[in-house]
Amino acid sequence: MKNTYLSLLPYAVMTTLSVSAVGASAAPAEIKLWRHETSNIAEIQVSKDAIDRFNKSQDKWRVVAEMIPEGSYTETVTAAALANELPCILDMDQPVVPNFAWSGYLRPLEGLVSKEALDSLIDSAKGTYKGQVYSVGQFDVALALFTRKSILDKYGIRQATMEQPWSKEELLDALAKLKASGEYPYPLSMRTGWTGEWYSYGYTPMLQSFGGDQIDRANYLAAEGVLNGKSGLAWGEFFQDLFEKGYVDRNPSDDKAFIQGRSALDYVGSWEMGNHSQRWGEDLVVMPVPDFGHGPVVGGGSWQWGVTKSCANPEGAAKFVEFILQPSEIAEMSEVTGMIPSTPAAARMTNHYREGGDWRFFYDYSAAYAKLRPATPAYPIISSTFETMARNIKDGANVQDALDEAVDTIERNIADNKGYGFN
Amino acid sequence: MNADTSALKCTALPTPSERAAEPYRPPRRRYVFLLSTPALLGLFMFLILPFLMAVTMSFTDQRLLSPNETEWVGMRNYDRLLSVNWLVQEPVTDNGEVQRDADGEPTYPRLRTLLRQDPAYEGYKELTSWQLGDKRLVVLAKDPLFIQSFLNTLQFVLLVVPLQCGMALGLALLINRQLKGIYLFRTIFFSPVVTSIVVVSIVWSFLYHRDLGLFNHYLQAMTFGLIGPIDWLGDPQWAMPSIVLMSAWQAAGVQMLIFLAGLQGISADLYEAAELDGAGTWSKFWHVTLPGLKNTTVFVIISTTIQAFGLFTQVDVMTRGGPQGSTSTVMYHAVTKGFREQDIGYGSAISVIFFLVILVIALLQKRYFDKREG
Repeated sequence: MKNTYLSLLPYAVMTTLSVSAVGASAAPAEIKLWRHETSNIAEIQVSKDAIDRFNKSQDKWRVVAEMIPEGSYTETVTAAALANELPCILDMDQPVVPNFAWSGYLRPLEGLVSKEALDSLIDSAKGTYKGQVYSVGQFDVALALFTRKSILDKYGIRQATMEQPWSKEELLDALAKLKASGEYPYPLSMRTGWTGEWYSYGYTPMLQSFGGDQIDRANYLAAEGVLNGKSGLAWGEFFQDLFEKGYVDRNPSDDKAFIQGRSALDYVGSWEMGNHSQRWGEDLVVMPVPDFGHGPVVGGGSWQWGVTKSCANPEGAAKFVEFILQPSEIAEMSEVTGMIPSTPAAARMTNHYREGGDWRFFYDYSAAYAKLRPATPAYPIISSTFETMARNIKDGANVQDALDEAVDTIERNIADNKGYGFN
Repeated sequence: MNADTSALKCTALPTPSERAAEPYRPPRRRYVFLLSTPALLGLFMFLILPFLMAVTMSFTDQRLLSPNETEWVGMRNYDRLLSVNWLVQEPVTDNGEVQRDADGEPTYPRLRTLLRQDPAYEGYKELTSWQLGDKRLVVLAKDPLFIQSFLNTLQFVLLVVPLQCGMALGLALLINRQLKGIYLFRTIFFSPVVTSIVVVSIVWSFLYHRDLGLFNHYLQAMTFGLIGPIDWLGDPQWAMPSIVLMSAWQAAGVQMLIFLAGLQGISADLYEAAELDGAGTWSKFWHVTLPGLKNTTVFVIISTTIQAFGLFTQVDVMTRGGPQGSTSTVMYHAVTKGFREQDIGYGSAISVIFFLVILVIALLQKRYFDKREG
């Protein structure tokens, strides 16, 4: 018995060697990819098709995709990072990118992805930390104020334009009129029932338009005076008033108020455009968000792609990223999902976003008003703290106290983390 | 855990007098070990080990994701969690005259400014305050939300345990009959338990809605518009009771089944004898049913209490701890701090403290019931 095994050994070794030699030359190297699975099946299909096209376009690498449910996506990625099981390529919500980069899980993309590809992107399609690009996106979204032509006409309300957006007073006047009509129990819907990132994404731009911010972007260490200063207070009081005066529903049980005609105005992202235009057709009016003193502001940065540090084939991963940043790929994604394409070249190729396209205004809002969320690893705590704070203000807490409390929480967390790499 | 198993023992094991009937054989040690190994291994891997890790991490600044080395921070997390302090504030005076606001209440200098100036008060925030004449006594805590969450959790337990156990007993009595179609009722009463708590929470959010909700419609119709509309989940006074009501409704089915089993274990002879002695329905319930359910009741109360302390999902779905922290619970606070804000060390400290509190309460409950038994 023993002899037979021994005599077989050389053959076994040779077979293994030859198989691996063949593998290196012919079979493409596998590159794992994770993507969050949204309820939009078409969007997922575009990504799957893009992966197929990439795999067919060359024979050096083969991207293998795994879809992970959106609800638990961030948790899954965090757990995988802790267990050192991250895939080569993954998509992330742009504001968490600095946290991942700081933790050392991502590779900087400069030098990996071609300069032309990076330069072609609009700013809000890049996730950066300390000046380095760590993620790139195929699309962006923008906030807007949706309403209906018939409502504006009926109540004699001026339609806001990019040349002349509504001021705070104009917004409040319109709300007062609509509320007084009795037709709309809560004239403005702001998706207050949504949880998680929406609070930071949706309401920080208002705060910024008032002149405040979540953190001092000069150093990313302090929030004192920025979040809880005069402009912060003005925002907080305005925000609280919306609920106190009954303009906005404090605890909406669903997010269908505008679609069902229960509210006259809808403050939400461009991703609702498809639903809204389907429901209201020609009657639908999209207006820029109001200017509260420092110009209209919308959030920037959506889901983006990054390459992990543990990736064994970074060149292959980079080739894939370059592949999906081609104008044709970005245009395809935009055509199917309605999201804002992230390069001007791709925008020209789409029906909605080309010059004169019917949704072009979103592209313009994004270009003119977009402000990225703070590019700091502290963002998860900033977002969580901001949500708690905004909820407390909505529910009637003392505004200054709520703002101060948030500042203290954020600053202590940053100090505990030795500045998150900023000093 | 501890209380759980001991309560089970009361119901499952034979009493010493029963056991004495058989000749006593000492258990063989190796079989005891052999047979309990899988269970003990599981217990160690999934309960004891994680708990020991939590204790260790609670003394460090462990983060969920961080390139910084984890460092020992001693009692820092516990200090931040539990520190309480106080101070007396003098009102603002102008030439000896107390400054008053529009309501005639004295005004005080801004607390945060005071706290920031004095290093002894570093990290403290206002928990609550009382008026003492023109002065003001301010109670401070380093994490007021934790203390508020703890009190909220206690409030929830004190409200939900009697309600849920009472409902369960009532339902069990109702369905403990031989009627046509009784199985249908048993299924109906049990169905909320097998429905996902997330779904139940979302549906009840609709019912609780201030303007469109069913509850306010009924309330206003029944009182001819005198009461309401109540902002069930939006009013700090009402939010917790609303969650209590929903939770009791959702979970009572489990306890109902246990009570039902207990009821069916009471011998019919006892009822017959009581009837012969001339006992009415009420005294049969009081003198036969309740004593017969004693062990069951102890088990139900202790297990419901432990379960109630873990309140999280309903809060996460319905109120996110709001309005103004009035429904934040210890579990919710631990998840927010430890996971959403990535401060695992602090989250662990919360869990450890919470474990100790539940342990003490369960032990006290057990002792109380044991004493009544003896």
